[in-house]
Amino acid sequence: MTRMISYEARDTWIHRLTGFTKLMFFIIWCIVSALTFDTRVLVTMVAISAVIFAMSRTEWKQISAVFKLLMLFMTLNLFFIFVFAPYQGCEIYGTRTDILHLFGDVYLTKEQLFYEFNVLLKYLNIAPAIFVFLVTTDPSEFAASLNKAGVPYTFAYSFAIALRYIPDVQDDFTRIRNAQEARGIEMSSKASLPARIKNVAAIIFPLLFSTMDRIDVVSNAMELRGFGKKNKRTWYSYRRPGKSDAAVMIFAVLFAVAALVLTYYDGSRFLF
Amino acid sequence: MDPIIEFRDFSFKYKSQTEPTLTDINLKIYPGEKVLIAGPSGSGKSTLAHCINALIPCSLPGEIQGSLTVDGMTPAAEGVFGMSKKVGTVLQDTDGQFIGLTVAEDIAFALENDAVSREDMYAKVDEAARLTDMTDYMKHSPNELSGGQKQRVSMAGVLVDDVDILLFDEPLANLDPATGKYTISLIDDIMKRRDVTVVIIEHRLEDVLYKDVDRIVVIGEGRIVADMTPDELLASDVLIREGIREPLYITALKHAGVEIKAEDRPQHVDTMNVLPYAEELRSWFKSTGRDKADVSDEKILEVKDLRFSYIEGESVLKGVSFDVRKGEMISLVGQNGAGKSTLSSIICGFIKPDSGSILLSGRDISPLSVSERGERIGLVMQSPGQMISKPMIREEVGLGLAVRGVPQAEIDSRVEETLKICGLYPYRNWPVGALSFGQKKRVTIASILVMKPEIMILDEPTAGQDYRRYTEIMEFLKRLNEDMGLTIIMITHDMHLMLEYTDRALVLTGGRLIADAPPSEVLTDKATSEAAYLKRTSLYDLAVRCGIEPPSEFVQRFIGYERGLRQKGAMP
Repeated sequence: MTRMISYEARDTWIHRLTGFTKLMFFIIWCIVSALTFDTRVLVTMVAISAVIFAMSRTEWKQISAVFKLLMLFMTLNLFFIFVFAPYQGCEIYGTRTDILHLFGDVYLTKEQLFYEFNVLLKYLNIAPAIFVFLVTTDPSEFAASLNKAGVPYTFAYSFAIALRYIPDVQDDFTRIRNAQEARGIEMSSKASLPARIKNVAAIIFPLLFSTMDRIDVVSNAMELRGFGKKNKRTWYSYRRPGKSDAAVMIFAVLFAVAALVLTYYDGSRFLF
Repeated sequence: MDPIIEFRDFSFKYKSQTEPTLTDINLKIYPGEKVLIAGPSGSGKSTLAHCINALIPCSLPGEIQGSLTVDGMTPAAEGVFGMSKKVGTVLQDTDGQFIGLTVAEDIAFALENDAVSREDMYAKVDEAARLTDMTDYMKHSPNELSGGQKQRVSMAGVLVDDVDILLFDEPLANLDPATGKYTISLIDDIMKRRDVTVVIIEHRLEDVLYKDVDRIVVIGEGRIVADMTPDELLASDVLIREGIREPLYITALKHAGVEIKAEDRPQHVDTMNVLPYAEELRSWFKSTGRDKADVSDEKILEVKDLRFSYIEGESVLKGVSFDVRKGEMISLVGQNGAGKSTLSSIICGFIKPDSGSILLSGRDISPLSVSERGERIGLVMQSPGQMISKPMIREEVGLGLAVRGVPQAEIDSRVEETLKICGLYPYRNWPVGALSFGQKKRVTIASILVMKPEIMILDEPTAGQDYRRYTEIMEFLKRLNEDMGLTIIMITHDMHLMLEYTDRALVLTGGRLIADAPPSEVLTDKATSEAAYLKRTSLYDLAVRCGIEPPSEFVQRFIGYERGLRQKGAMP
């Protein structure tokens, strides 16, 4: 079974960055992208995102399913922006240029199209950043670098341990669902919605109990090997931040400052 | 020399229980010894282990009387962390105790927690990996490893700590026989290379005795009932009395009526002095008839040239064909990853084969949905916890009927009838939680049986069960098979189960069926049993050493004799 959006070891400079650097970059990227409506900035960011994505050598099949899902949400989002606020663009830019009469008093305007185009750019900006972060970051190394950055290790470790057991719980889920389906507990679309909701219990309870058993074993095993004994711990997968980490951080900060100066230079987040 | 582990008048009672689980334990284990602690489930052998690593009373609270010292320390005072420097524990759940995302990280886990510097850590991890033969797998994630490999990682994970005592809590429970054998020799190797004391908790005696053990301590109902050398123990009748399975060659010798003497070193079949017994065994062989199974010719299931791959180019099944006749009880064996679960998933309809067909009573079942197949081919999962979803026994057993819209009156009568067959009728109004493991297992079987399937597939029906429970479960299945004519297919690693309860074994290896023969043939053929990660039965070696020809016939007669005894009720 292939699992979507999971870390895959490769050797690119992006993989070699520490998880903490990548997280910081990702956060800065999102903030800038959320704040600005400057199309020049957004287009530049999409271009940079695309270059980073290509350099990370992420394969399409690693992300295709999630990408499609994201595109679906994006389409819905754009559609509903139009449904609920067809003149949002006009309000923002202060002008109104009708292009097409749709129905009643609803018109498609140039401003609205442009506004939604900018929203689209934001999606295209953040999507590759999320994907690259997830597929290039070794969860253990990420936990280690979070801990080094001051996050308590019990908290940082919970990331790694969750990722370790998610596939096992998924397998349990599949096995239990199959067996219950064979007993006649229909989970596919053949059953009605209320029946399906009721039937979920037949999977959830066994899954819950088997997961609790697992937690019991895992916590005993961790304790037997001294987890939580000391106030600090070292990490096998820790990597010292290198020159490229510093370079990426400096670039991210400089880029953010430049982008925001450009955005707010004329006193408005919006450019038209 | 002072003992490294010493129990003195030691008793323990769990907080939630009224009776003590361990009573008056007096036990000394000396440095460098290898001690096997055996006993049936619930005898208190795991409790004893948990006292040594301080899980008792630190994680599992209760009341301790008497004293326990481990290398001069009191576990209760040191706590789990304190003891983890002295005692390395390898648990039976090879999956659950794999904590890291890769082999290297998992081995390093204890060192990380001890805040060891990375330079030291790398060196120690490499050494522990070398010791357990895992150097080539350092970057592998747990789902890329077999059960045996995961267990080696667990061993490496405790060996990095320079522990003095290695404690194995049922290390063989989840392993196939060949891997179990490898584990036992690995423990032996580690003892040669490191100064460690080894304590193994296990009820699979024959498998542990593959390599020399210094002493065997038998626990029964919380007390030590025997503490002797393997040779002495095998010559005695302690094992039978306590419900622990003896090695098969010992059982065979006892059936032949000989009295085994400790000085003939019965610990290993290949080094035992069999001369004094060979004559009697030969005459027993001649006097014993062969048990003939009568099976109808009616084919109930026909599997034809089944092929399947999850990823293109990597075939899991490469053209598997076999027939199952009505009323048969057969075993499907093969190492992990050989395709056994894939095969049963295809038969149950969870996944679709790339090509090939399955006929049930002569009709192609490919148009049937999962739940339609489920009415005719029932699947019982390994652990009852994976199936039970209702709080009450009645509801759980009737669930399959209720969701199919069967009228309540009919559900009630069918549930009642099934509960009677399964010996659960007295408990019909109990909550499921109040039942023992064996009873829960029967509830899951009942919940399938209630739909009156033609075939029942059971995944590892006896995994991790001691001899008594094993016999209880298997005799129950045997009764269903004989009295109701239910066709049963069991997926198993257990060679005893294959031998004693099935008429035919399907051996799957690398996606191909390499044998379709009586278990007595499979388990006496070296090539087949090796390919399937099974172990040739010790009965074979005994027969060869006593000059009995052909050995497979000896095995067959032994099984027939045992079945006869069981029918007469002379065995547990």
